[in-house]
Amino acid sequence: MSDRPIIRVQHVVKSFGTVTAVNDVSIDVQAGEIFAFLGPNGAGKTTTIKMLTTLLRPTRGSLELDGLDPTTHQTEVRRRFGVVFQDPSLDSELTAWENMDIHGVLYHVPRQIRRERSETLLKMFELWERRDDFVKTFSGGMKRRLEITRGLLHTPKVLFLDEPTLGLDPQSRNQMWTLVRNLNKTEGVTVFLTTHYMDEADRVADRIAVIDHGRIVAIGSSAELKQQTGTDSLEAAFLKLTGTTIRDESATAADQMRQVARVWRR
Amino acid sequence: MSVVYVLWLREVKKYLRSRVQIVASLGTPLMYLGVLGFGLGSVFQRAGEGKYLQFMAPGVIGMTVLFTAMFSGIAMLWDRQFGFLKETLVAPVPRLLIMIGRTLGGATVAVLQGALIFGVTLIAGFRPTSLLAVPLAFLVIALIAVIFSALATAIGSSIKEMQGFQMVMNFLVLPLFFLSGAIYPLEGLPRVLGALTRVDPLTYGVDGVRGVLIGRTHFGVALDVAVLVGVGVLFVVFGAWRFSKIEA
Repeated sequence: MSDRPIIRVQHVVKSFGTVTAVNDVSIDVQAGEIFAFLGPNGAGKTTTIKMLTTLLRPTRGSLELDGLDPTTHQTEVRRRFGVVFQDPSLDSELTAWENMDIHGVLYHVPRQIRRERSETLLKMFELWERRDDFVKTFSGGMKRRLEITRGLLHTPKVLFLDEPTLGLDPQSRNQMWTLVRNLNKTEGVTVFLTTHYMDEADRVADRIAVIDHGRIVAIGSSAELKQQTGTDSLEAAFLKLTGTTIRDESATAADQMRQVARVWRR
Repeated sequence: MSVVYVLWLREVKKYLRSRVQIVASLGTPLMYLGVLGFGLGSVFQRAGEGKYLQFMAPGVIGMTVLFTAMFSGIAMLWDRQFGFLKETLVAPVPRLLIMIGRTLGGATVAVLQGALIFGVTLIAGFRPTSLLAVPLAFLVIALIAVIFSALATAIGSSIKEMQGFQMVMNFLVLPLFFLSGAIYPLEGLPRVLGALTRVDPLTYGVDGVRGVLIGRTHFGVALDVAVLVGVGVLFVVFGAWRFSKIEA
């Protein structure tokens, strides 16, 4: 691993009117790391990913991805990452191959490389036999695997996975993380992930940051977090750090923030 | 250009694969042709205006293109709801190219649907004055399609809920159609109605198609085309601006 962080977030704040979704967050992620970003609903995980993936501009603070500022070098930054969003983003009326092809064109992957790499990745993620099937006929796990496959097509340096295993059965989750870990080893891709499944973070992540109410409350390896909190599982450490109060659903919070943002922009 | 092409192709592929949508979208135009075309035919003829089917066929084609192009805005809301829009918004390409690809795709689908209805009108008895006029008519139809596909992109970029788009359809699309002179002549209208028809871009589209296909025009084909090109440029710029403001 190189010493230079591939992702650098420094004192970042993101506010939507009076609502502060991310509050003075600072993180460094090293190249080749698998970094888990954990937090309860509405803690600021997705907002942070949206800022790193150029979809939102921070209110304050600075961001860097592979040495570039996502707010000023959007196109260059976009070439460097792949992303699997919390919500599915495939076109279900197209085939798996067509979804891959559109992505390849959007990311300027030359035709020959596009075909070769699509084949390699689809085989790796066990989707090759279904490449000509419409995505609407796929199971949830297959769709998620296809999204990761697609996100890797342009050989990104960083792969963002925002709750990629939400709603998947244990077998699909297990398979997905095995594949992600293999990719991290073979291609050296840095993985920045969020998940609500603590066992997954414990199993795959090199380091973990816990965010709550928009602030980082702990950062370190799984062992360090357990030691720091005096607990014997990551879930117990997480609950100790973030409390046991059930939070509002993130969709409602996000909707409220969007509403505030709309009013604020007028 | 390959970005524009691949997004254009996506829209066309989805249309050609959706046979149910193709057949279902024939319903309204067929109803207009059947009920109004034949129902009002004798009244129209007694008023000395000639065959009503000849008069209204270009209007029904214009209506089909308008409705289909505007529905491409729903496709955008669909993409927003089901996430594909986000995939394009984080791609390292200018949003203008994405908007143009989508708009041209929507416009092409509208032209294809217009061509289908043109075929139906021929079966129903509509006869253009010259077959050579048909390609020129399709150029005018393409302009109508681009205008309303760009408008749909602008609207689809500005609203997030399907219900909102339904309101737009009721309060914008239907007035655009009824004010366009698609189903009645523009001559001798009350002053207010006449003024309203003149601010409706579809009026010039229908008048242009009618002028080219049957030689009957209110404004003159040259003026119709000039207005359509001007409005087209305006709406594409407006659509591109609204699309550039989308937040994921």
